[in-house]
Amino acid sequence: MSSSAAGQQYQPKTSVGRITNFVDTRVGGSAIVKEFGRKIFPDHWTFMFGEVALYSFVILLLSGTFLTFFFDPSMAETHYDGSYVPLRGIEMSMAYASSLDISFDIRGGLFMRQVHHWSALLFVAAVSVHMLRVFFTGAFRRPRELNWVIGGVLLILAMAAGFTGYSLPDDLLSGNGLRIIDGVVKSIPVVGTYISFFLFGGEFPGTVIIPRLYVLHILLIPALILLLIGIHLFLVVVHKHTQFPGPGRTNDNVVGFPVGPVYAAKAGGFFFIVFGIIAAISAAFTINPIWNYGPYDPSPVSAGTQPDWYIGWVDGALRLMPGVLGNFPFEWNIPFPWGTNTLSLNVLLPALVPAGIVFMLLFAWPWIEAWVTKDRREKHLLDRPRNAPTRTGIGVAGVVFYCVMWAAASSDLIATHFMVSLNDVTYWLRALLFIGPVVGFIAARRIALALQRKDREIVLHGRETGRIVRLPHGEFIEVHEPVDEYKRYKLVSFDSPEVLSAQPDVNGHVPKTEKRRAWASRFFFEDRVAPVTPAELEQAHSHGHHGEVASEHDKAAISSH
Amino acid sequence: MKALSQRRRHPLAAVALLLMGLLLTGGIYAVASNANQAKAQTTFSAGDIEEGEKLFVANCATCHGIGAVGTADGPSLIGVGAAAVDFQVGTGRMPLQMQGPQALQKPVQFTGEQIQQMSAYVASLGAGPAIPGEEELDLEGADPAAGGELFRVNCAMCHNAAAAGGALTRGKFAPSLEGVSDKEIYEAMVTGPQNMPVFNDANITPEGKQDIIAFLNIIEEQGSPGGADLGSLGPVSEGLFIWVAGLGVIIAFTVWLTSRSS
Repeated sequence: MSSSAAGQQYQPKTSVGRITNFVDTRVGGSAIVKEFGRKIFPDHWTFMFGEVALYSFVILLLSGTFLTFFFDPSMAETHYDGSYVPLRGIEMSMAYASSLDISFDIRGGLFMRQVHHWSALLFVAAVSVHMLRVFFTGAFRRPRELNWVIGGVLLILAMAAGFTGYSLPDDLLSGNGLRIIDGVVKSIPVVGTYISFFLFGGEFPGTVIIPRLYVLHILLIPALILLLIGIHLFLVVVHKHTQFPGPGRTNDNVVGFPVGPVYAAKAGGFFFIVFGIIAAISAAFTINPIWNYGPYDPSPVSAGTQPDWYIGWVDGALRLMPGVLGNFPFEWNIPFPWGTNTLSLNVLLPALVPAGIVFMLLFAWPWIEAWVTKDRREKHLLDRPRNAPTRTGIGVAGVVFYCVMWAAASSDLIATHFMVSLNDVTYWLRALLFIGPVVGFIAARRIALALQRKDREIVLHGRETGRIVRLPHGEFIEVHEPVDEYKRYKLVSFDSPEVLSAQPDVNGHVPKTEKRRAWASRFFFEDRVAPVTPAELEQAHSHGHHGEVASEHDKAAISSH
Repeated sequence: MKALSQRRRHPLAAVALLLMGLLLTGGIYAVASNANQAKAQTTFSAGDIEEGEKLFVANCATCHGIGAVGTADGPSLIGVGAAAVDFQVGTGRMPLQMQGPQALQKPVQFTGEQIQQMSAYVASLGAGPAIPGEEELDLEGADPAAGGELFRVNCAMCHNAAAAGGALTRGKFAPSLEGVSDKEIYEAMVTGPQNMPVFNDANITPEGKQDIIAFLNIIEEQGSPGGADLGSLGPVSEGLFIWVAGLGVIIAFTVWLTSRSS
C-alpha cells in the first residue's frame, strides 16, 4: 500500500517479489507487519505462562481434531470386539468402544489421546499460573480490568472444556464424575430435578448426554475460547504489555524487544518446546487409562475416583462437607402446598459457595482495589509481590483456601500413602479450610513486609559481603558493598500507597461507605514499609554507614583487603 | 392316619404344622447350602491337628482364647476354616504385631508345615472354607473379561479399578493386589479377611472367582500400555505430575529463554 503512495508504481523484479507484492497490495500485509512487527514486548520469564496456555490450546485443537476422526459419540450399545483382551465381549457404549479403539487399534491413537489429555491438564495449569502472576504483580489494574475479567471467563471455559472432554469416553471414572454433577444439579431447590432431566434427556444416565457433551466440547466451548483468546490478545496489543520497574522503564514506555524478528522467532521456538515437552510426557507417561475403568455402569464406583485436577477443588469441598453438624441436619424436607421438597444443603452449599466466593472475588478484585486506594490512574508498571503486602496476603489466603479443597479431593490417597486415618484427614482439612487462609494471609503479609525491610536495609547499607575486616584499632567489621545504581533503582522505585482517611463530600459530610473505605484502607496500608527516599539515601551514605567505617584511612585499609 | 386326622383340630395342630414346615424348609436349605460351603478338606492327619493345637495355644490363644472361642481382643475362630488361617498366617498378617485398625502384612512368622498344622487345628473346630486346591485354582478356560466385570462390580470400590488399593474409614484400607498369589486372592474372597466381606460360592461362583483371578493376572502381566502408570492412582497423580514435572520443565525453559537477553 505504502509502496504505491509515491505515485510511481513499484515494479518487483523477481517472481517471488511479484507474488508478495500482489498479496501486499490487496491485503495490506506490510502495514500490519509494520504496526504489529514493531510492537515491543518486555522480557521476563513470568510473562510466558499465557503463551504456554495459548500453545497448549493450539496443541489441543490439533490433537482433538485427530481424535474426532475416530471417536463415535454414541451411547448405542455394542459388544467390544477390539484387541484389548480383558474387555472383549463386554457390553458397552459406542463412545467407550471407539475410545478403546483409538487407544489400541488406531495407529498413533493412544499417543494422540495422551497428547490431548496431558495438554488439557497443562492448559488449565498454565491459565491458572498466568492468572496468579497477573494477580500478584497487580497487572489487572487500570486499564486492564476487563482483560482480567476475560481471563477469568477463559479459566471457567477451560474448566468446562476439560470437564466435558473428561466425560466423553463414557468409562466408569467419567460416569462417576457425571453422576456427581447430576447430584449437584438435583440439589438445586425445586428446579434441580427438571434441569437434570432436561440435561440428561430423562433419568440419569439416559442415552443423550454423551452426544450433547460432545457438541459442547468440540464446537461451542472451543469457539468461545478462541473468540475470547482473540479479544484477550487484541487487548494486550492495545494496552501494551506491562513491565517490572527498572531503570528507564516508566509508566509511559515499554522496554523490551520487538515482535519481529525477536519475539516471532522466540515465540515460534517456544511453541515447539511446549509441544515437545507434552509429546515427551505423552510418550512416556500414561494418562486416563480408560481400559482400567471399564464401561460406565451406574452401580460400581472405583476407589480413587477423582476428577481431573482443575475440578478437584469442587470435589474436595463436597468431600469436606458434613451431612450433619452436631444435631443440625443439612438436609431439610420443607412442606409446600404441592408436597414436600427436599433441600440438600449438604450438597448445594459445598458445590456452589466456595466456587462462588473464589470467582466473585476474582472478578470483582480490580474494582475492590481501586475503591480502597481511590487510585484510578493507569498502571503500566508492575508491583513486585512484596511491595503490595496486603494484596499478596489476600492472594495467598485464596491460594490456601483453594489448595485445602484441592487436597481434600485426594483425601483417600493422603490416608493410604501417609498411613493416617481418612476421617482424621477430613477433620484436619475441615479445620484448615477456615484457619489456613487466615494463617496464610498473616504469614504472607509479614514475609512481604520483612522482605521490604530487607530491601531498605540493602539500599541504605549495601550487601553483606561476608568479608570480616579488622580495623587498625582492633575493631572487627563486616564489609558492606553498596548496590549498583541499577539494582538500587529496582529496590527503591515502587508505589507505596498510604492510608487514605475518610474524605468528607462537598457538604462536609462523611458517608458510611466512605468510612468503610477508610477502614479498608487502614487494613491495607497501615503496616507499611516506605521506599527509601533520596534524602535518606544521602544521609546513610554521608554518615559513614552508621560508623561502620571510621575514617578515610580505615576505608583504604579495607579496600586493600 | 386315623390318629393323625383325629388330632387335626387339636389347638396345637397349627403350631405343629408350622414347626414341621419350618423344619422341612430349613432342612432342605441346610442340605442345599451345604453345597455352597467350601468342602472341608479332610486330608489333615490327627497328628497335624495335635501339633496345630500346640502352636495355637503358644501363639494365638492370647487373643483368640483357648479352644479359639475368642476373647475381647480377638474373635472366635470356630468355623472360619483352614483357608482363613492359611491366608492370615501365610501372608504374615497373623500373629498380629499390635492392635490397630487393621492387621498389616509383615514377614511370615511360621513355616509352611506349621501353617498347615494350625490350619488343620482350626478346621477341626468347625466346618469352614478349605484351602483352595488345584481344582479351584485351575484357570484353564477362565474368562478375564467376565472377571473384570465381576471385579468392577464387587471389588473395585475398595481395591480400585486397577487393583491399586484404596482407603477405608479410620485408618483401614484395601491393599493393592499387585503380587498377591492366586491362592491368596481366592482365600481372601472365601474368608473375608480384615474388613473385606465374604464372597462365598453363592455370591460369586468358583468359576467367577477364577475369572477374577485371571483378570487380575492379565492386567498385572500386560503392564501399562500407555507408558509409566504413575501408580495407577487416577487423576490425582496425573495432576501432581503435570504441576510438578510438566510445569517445572516449562518454567526451566522460560527462565532459559528470557535469560539471554538481559
